[in-house]
Amino acid sequence: MIATAEPGMRRRRLGASRDDLIMRLGLGVGFLLLTLTVVAPLATLLVKAFQDRAGGFVGLANFLAYAESPALLRSLHHSLFVALLATAICVTLAFAFAWCLTRSCMPAKGLFRAVALVPILAPSLLPAISLVYLFGNQGLLKGLLFGASIYGPIGIVMGEVFWTFPHALIILLTAFATADQRLYEAAESLRAGRLRTFFAVTLPGVRYGLISAAFVVFTLVITDFGVPKVIGGHYNVLATDVYKQVIGQQNFQMGAVVGLILLVPAALAFVADRFAAGRQVALLGARSVPLAPKPSPAVDAAAALFCTAVAVVIVGIIAVAAFAASIKLWPYDLSFTLGHFDFDNVDGGGWGSYRNSLTLAGWSALLGSLFVFTLAFLVEKTRGLRWLGAATQLLALLPLAVPGIVLGLAYIFFFNAPANPLGAIYGTMAILVLNTIVHFYAVAHLTAITQLKQLDPEFETVAVSLKVPIWRSFLSVTLPVSLPTVFEIALYLFVNAMTTVSGVVFLYSPDTTLASVAVLNMDDAGDTAPAAAMALLIFTTSAAVRIVHTLVTRGLLARTQAWRRRITEAPREA
Amino acid sequence: MVTLADVPVPVGAAMPRPEAFLRLVDIAKQFGRFTALHGISLEVFKGEFICCVGPSGCGKTTLLRIIAGLDAQTTGQVFQAGAEISALPAARRDFGIVFQSYALFPNLTVARNVAFGIENRGLARLRVRERVAELLDLVGLAEQADKFPAQLSGGQQQRVALARALAPAPSLLLLDEPLSALDAQVRARLRGEIRALQRRLGVTTVMVTHDQEEALTMADRIVVMAQGRIDQIGTPEQVYRHPATPFVAEFLGRMNVLPGRRLPGDRVAVGDVTLHCAAGACEGTTETVTLCIRPEDIAIGRASGDCANMVSARVERLEFMGSYYTAHLAPRGIAAPLEADLSAQAVRDLALRPGEWVEAALPRDRLRVFFGWPR
Repeated sequence: MIATAEPGMRRRRLGASRDDLIMRLGLGVGFLLLTLTVVAPLATLLVKAFQDRAGGFVGLANFLAYAESPALLRSLHHSLFVALLATAICVTLAFAFAWCLTRSCMPAKGLFRAVALVPILAPSLLPAISLVYLFGNQGLLKGLLFGASIYGPIGIVMGEVFWTFPHALIILLTAFATADQRLYEAAESLRAGRLRTFFAVTLPGVRYGLISAAFVVFTLVITDFGVPKVIGGHYNVLATDVYKQVIGQQNFQMGAVVGLILLVPAALAFVADRFAAGRQVALLGARSVPLAPKPSPAVDAAAALFCTAVAVVIVGIIAVAAFAASIKLWPYDLSFTLGHFDFDNVDGGGWGSYRNSLTLAGWSALLGSLFVFTLAFLVEKTRGLRWLGAATQLLALLPLAVPGIVLGLAYIFFFNAPANPLGAIYGTMAILVLNTIVHFYAVAHLTAITQLKQLDPEFETVAVSLKVPIWRSFLSVTLPVSLPTVFEIALYLFVNAMTTVSGVVFLYSPDTTLASVAVLNMDDAGDTAPAAAMALLIFTTSAAVRIVHTLVTRGLLARTQAWRRRITEAPREA
Repeated sequence: MVTLADVPVPVGAAMPRPEAFLRLVDIAKQFGRFTALHGISLEVFKGEFICCVGPSGCGKTTLLRIIAGLDAQTTGQVFQAGAEISALPAARRDFGIVFQSYALFPNLTVARNVAFGIENRGLARLRVRERVAELLDLVGLAEQADKFPAQLSGGQQQRVALARALAPAPSLLLLDEPLSALDAQVRARLRGEIRALQRRLGVTTVMVTHDQEEALTMADRIVVMAQGRIDQIGTPEQVYRHPATPFVAEFLGRMNVLPGRRLPGDRVAVGDVTLHCAAGACEGTTETVTLCIRPEDIAIGRASGDCANMVSARVERLEFMGSYYTAHLAPRGIAAPLEADLSAQAVRDLALRPGEWVEAALPRDRLRVFFGWPR
């Protein structure tokens, strides 16, 4: 703002009300907490990459050592190859699947959609274990590989495609949903054929979704550590290198260097994704007419066939894990047993790990959803201190660009530093909760912001004019109205806390072993069947919570959200 | 020209009021390099209903937000009830506000929406209930108390918003395009209801609207704004009959605009035609002038009487407007078209048809003269 005040007139500024002060204070606290939990650990990681083991500054020595190590460079190649291949396959499949769901008139769309989103509920270790059972040395379908080994790039790519498929699908479904019927009618009236319409209207309409999906999948794959750990064999990738450097060789410096390298594609993807997301929204005009697909027997049948094939594979992979978990000894004794669920007899922490995972998921969901929503509210609604709001927003989105494994590593460096008074939480459940919330912060934050933007911006103004303190309008209007979104965020945090491995694998202690990590360790120790059982248990828990969430949300909508009646029910003017 | 000094004490006021209830002094607002308001000064008297009207982007909403303390003015002062409130945040000012979007809390019932500003303030629960009932009664929604906003029609929702704003008995009521989201019939009815309610409660009210008809029918005084400036302040009759600028003339109601050149003896040359104006009306500094006349002030006849300001014109088109017709005329010797309103009766009597020639009389006392040509 330019002060063009005439001489003698000073520029005016409104005084701050008590609400303003409270909100600015809250925003400041939020900013500080994010600084402490996002920026500070990452900064420590950065510093570590330039230090030797004793903590002395060594410049680029670690990076040079990395560049001279052929093994590590090979991992970089591997990572890029696997990520590119998995991205190409996954996005192609997801594109076709999304097209079928939105542009065809095939039956059972709801079912197909539900099945396609199932992999999100499972840890990435689950498909890897299933693939071992299917295509491993004693696999059911080993012959299909014609002598090639599943342990290596083939297995990694297959596992990653399974695991990232729902992520790509969700993005592409949103992109396809923004189609405008009028464009298709215009194309038809201009006598454009199906193919021409596809290239002239459909593809441009979803191009930003495609870009976004490709980057998201690429990042997920290149930073994932579960699948290559289980099925990669001797095929090393960057994410497993970090693990080996840190856990195996206790070489934290080299771990930091590899972590920083992992940060590059993730950061690039983050920027590209934000760019694409912004463009995608702009495509959707307020006056768009939603597209209603027309039936076409041949196309619909082909769509149904394709989607059935995909669904069968997804269900099959889960089923194989269930099978593996409930037979005595593959392939020699196929009789039914629940013995593999007796986790206390194998390594990995036993049932205690599962209980710990529930504790972690519960606290992450509860604290995370409330904190995320409150801070999003403060970012969105605080008057004045614009720069602080923008800075907090940036910090809230930053975790999207940080792979879990890098964040976990950064947390070791930061919280395990002897001089850090916060080090007290190192090795406790608290650091796991903190790490999980921060790891998945960005998506939760974006969800909350989207919800807040949908609310009438004048709610707060009205409350102010009625002299109602902000906390009361927050508690009695904003929060209740947004409750479904808060639950959505809680569910997202819960499921991710159950399934994640990459962030917490560096941070658990003997007292806080986790189910997902137990899968990893059991598999590592050769106890594949119990590993499958635990992975299945995680999946079942996530699925159950998902179902409970649906029921609770529905009940809640019926009971406390009675105002959510359709507008069409409103009476006409008398 | 009509200036502020000519404006008598506002209509509806028997006694002259010594001090304004709300006083804006030289309010300016900059958004970066864009100046939204240039030195606005305005006095609003107790119990008055003021309408700020103007096209979108004229700064009227910005002005309202400054009065409410939702935005800070860049320079200038605001006084309310004798005290300076220029730097007070909204939370410490005394006003109720109603928005175009209603901004009703969707999860609270009608009654709880109205109670929102008066509960938890040390008021007994019974007293709160009474006050809510009283207000819902006032806006005629007593039976809807337990419904949720989404179950009400647009007009009903807006009345709830009004009741909610009035519940704490604010001394100032701010209305931001309150009727713009409603369809025409409801809008017309609510205009009357809001006006009656405002009179009954005597609450000083500032309303912002882009709808000139709304301003004309509701306001005690109208503030016409354009490009961040006040063009005119006056009663509806004053601004309609005696617009201070060509913009006001064209913005409020319909207006025929004729560019002309000043001639000696209260005459103006418009194209090849010479028109007579009221004595002294065209004494000014510029040679170029703009003549304005309302469509309803033009009289149409067949006879070519030799009274002054008679113009021959061809009927281009007759537009049916329901209760009346608008004749689109092409006057002989004048480049600009003319619009004249005729009753259905007159059209019948004259047996008017497109393509025919008629005589249009432009009464000299109805001609407004502005100096310079239209913007």
